[in-house]
Amino acid sequence: MKKQLFALLFALVPCTAMAAGGASVPYSMEPDLQDQASLQNGMKLYVNYCMGCHSLEYQRFARAAHDLGMPQDLVEENLIFSSDLAYNDQLHIAMDSGDAEGWFGAPPPDLTLEARLRGTDWIYSYLLSFYKDPSRPTGVNNAVFDLVAMPNVLEPLQGVQEKVCAETDRPVEGAELDPLTGKYQSCETLQVTQPGEMEPDEFEEAVYDLTNFLAYVGEPSKLQAQTLAPKVLIFIFIFGVIAYLLKREYWRDIH
Amino acid sequence: MGNPNKAKAESGIMRWVDDRFPATQMWQDHLSKYYAPKNFNFWYFFGSLALLVLVNQILTGIWLTMSFNPSAEGAFASVEYIMRDVEWGWLIRYMHTTGASAFFVVVYLHMFRGLLYGSYRAPRELVWIFGMTIYLALMAEAFMGYLLPWGQMSYWGAQVIISLFSAIPAIGPDLAQWVRGDFLISGITLNRFFALHVVALPIVILALVVLHIIALHEVGSNNPDGIDIKQKKDETGKPLDGIPFHPYYTVKDLFGVAVFLFVFCVVVFYFPEGGGYFIEKPNFEPANPLKTPDHIAPVWYFTPFYAILRAITFSLFGLDAKFLGVMFMGAAIAVLFVLPWLDRSPVRSMRYKGWISKVMLALFAISFVILGVLGVLPATEGRTILAQVCTAIYFAFFLLMPIYTRLEKTKPVPERVTG
Repeated sequence: MKKQLFALLFALVPCTAMAAGGASVPYSMEPDLQDQASLQNGMKLYVNYCMGCHSLEYQRFARAAHDLGMPQDLVEENLIFSSDLAYNDQLHIAMDSGDAEGWFGAPPPDLTLEARLRGTDWIYSYLLSFYKDPSRPTGVNNAVFDLVAMPNVLEPLQGVQEKVCAETDRPVEGAELDPLTGKYQSCETLQVTQPGEMEPDEFEEAVYDLTNFLAYVGEPSKLQAQTLAPKVLIFIFIFGVIAYLLKREYWRDIH
Repeated sequence: MGNPNKAKAESGIMRWVDDRFPATQMWQDHLSKYYAPKNFNFWYFFGSLALLVLVNQILTGIWLTMSFNPSAEGAFASVEYIMRDVEWGWLIRYMHTTGASAFFVVVYLHMFRGLLYGSYRAPRELVWIFGMTIYLALMAEAFMGYLLPWGQMSYWGAQVIISLFSAIPAIGPDLAQWVRGDFLISGITLNRFFALHVVALPIVILALVVLHIIALHEVGSNNPDGIDIKQKKDETGKPLDGIPFHPYYTVKDLFGVAVFLFVFCVVVFYFPEGGGYFIEKPNFEPANPLKTPDHIAPVWYFTPFYAILRAITFSLFGLDAKFLGVMFMGAAIAVLFVLPWLDRSPVRSMRYKGWISKVMLALFAISFVILGVLGVLPATEGRTILAQVCTAIYFAFFLLMPIYTRLEKTKPVPERVTG
């Protein structure tokens, strides 16, 4: 019986590797839903830099305040800018989607489920991968999302990033590994050429917080699930032990 | 009052009931005096687990229905409403989505047990056929349920599968339109799938489960040795190798339930998306008839049959490849129905069958899994050839069965059940 169980387990292993799928992106990040400071900062960045165009149609201010540990008055003073929005409302935007289509070619998508649709690695990489490209109407292009219509709204924080020829630790498509330095020489390397308000490290942290917040928004119930799960599993485990002992007792006389 | 031959309680309320309804008699027939072989092993947990999952699906389904909005405009948003604003809605929904996959996991293992120990052989042909009909109804139930959240994969998966009907010569396109109720998948399709998913098919499945169990209890359970325990009885007429289902198997199954629930809850609480297999990523985007996803893959439990469909890339006898693929896919399921008459071995259980049967079953199981994996992946030339080989093995297992089960040398079957 044990052998069969293990066989089953091993048979399932390759599936999980395959399921991850999707296009590969340069950076990865691990969301931490327990880090309330990060989530709060992420929400602050979201309402200040993203919410002009991107709604969170299914996320309520009140729910976020509760889950991220923010008092109501603080949220109302600092995070709700529109007089049309109340504490219990979702993060709606004022921009009309018809207008948006005229301006950008397509209305900016709602981002409530973006982290579950594309994954947090993608969002994190995307936000870090804008670079200067004067041929584009917005003046920027994106290494993760080619010909993207969105401008680099975080540029005041990040500064101007450009594609330069440089050495990098990260494998780059088409670039060869220099056996002496252990680095890749590539002209696809992104580098900040005009500094913004933040140092590159600080900026990466801000993007981490923003992505972390979107991970929370994608599935707020995860916080509840993580609290509840151990209790449920311990209960089932104890139930299983008792069921086993009961079975053994009943079956004592079966030969 | 009532039939004097029926088992009745001595007195009290139960006696009052027994005079009007065969409660005690049914309890005895199906539980306390239903003698099951004492040598059930690991593989025999999955029948009762399937029943458990069925109950889970019905209960969570009822509660989901209370907040779900079956319209093209509101379906997607109402699912997110359930996930966020309904008390415990996320848990109820994840139990339902995980339950759907769990249902197929336990049913596939339950069916494999049947293949392993010849549970479909006479006199259990009807047990097998009712079971296969449940499987068929379950596939329809799962398919229709998957459209309801109205995500991209819901929409395009349904689009691909319903368009298969249009491959049927002459009536195909009209038939597909009749199924959709529209020229393309729309709110009308969603509404009818909702009705079928929550009312019609659950009734059919429940009725079939009752038939499956009544037929089983009429002929008695098979066992890993595939021998008839009713041949050897003691002086009171009880099978020597049989034990009452209750309490022996009820307590044993209770332990199985605990192990199952542990695994089930780990998925529900920590991996509800099942790595993108239980809930596919494109389904986090609302259905958009104007935007086809890069890669459309059915949910994992359909992929072996989807791979068979795609493996047929050639025309034959004037039938085009698409229609032939649909025929092969249908045949892959239909052939299971006649299995009881394909197996001509003098023994039931794989334990006493010859090496050819063992090799064929192993090849069949491996092919089925490979087909399942191929069905998820985009087709390439190499994968199509592999799918064709696996499809050939799949059918060879069944179609050659009358030959190899008769030819091979079997081992002697013991008089009494072994461990």
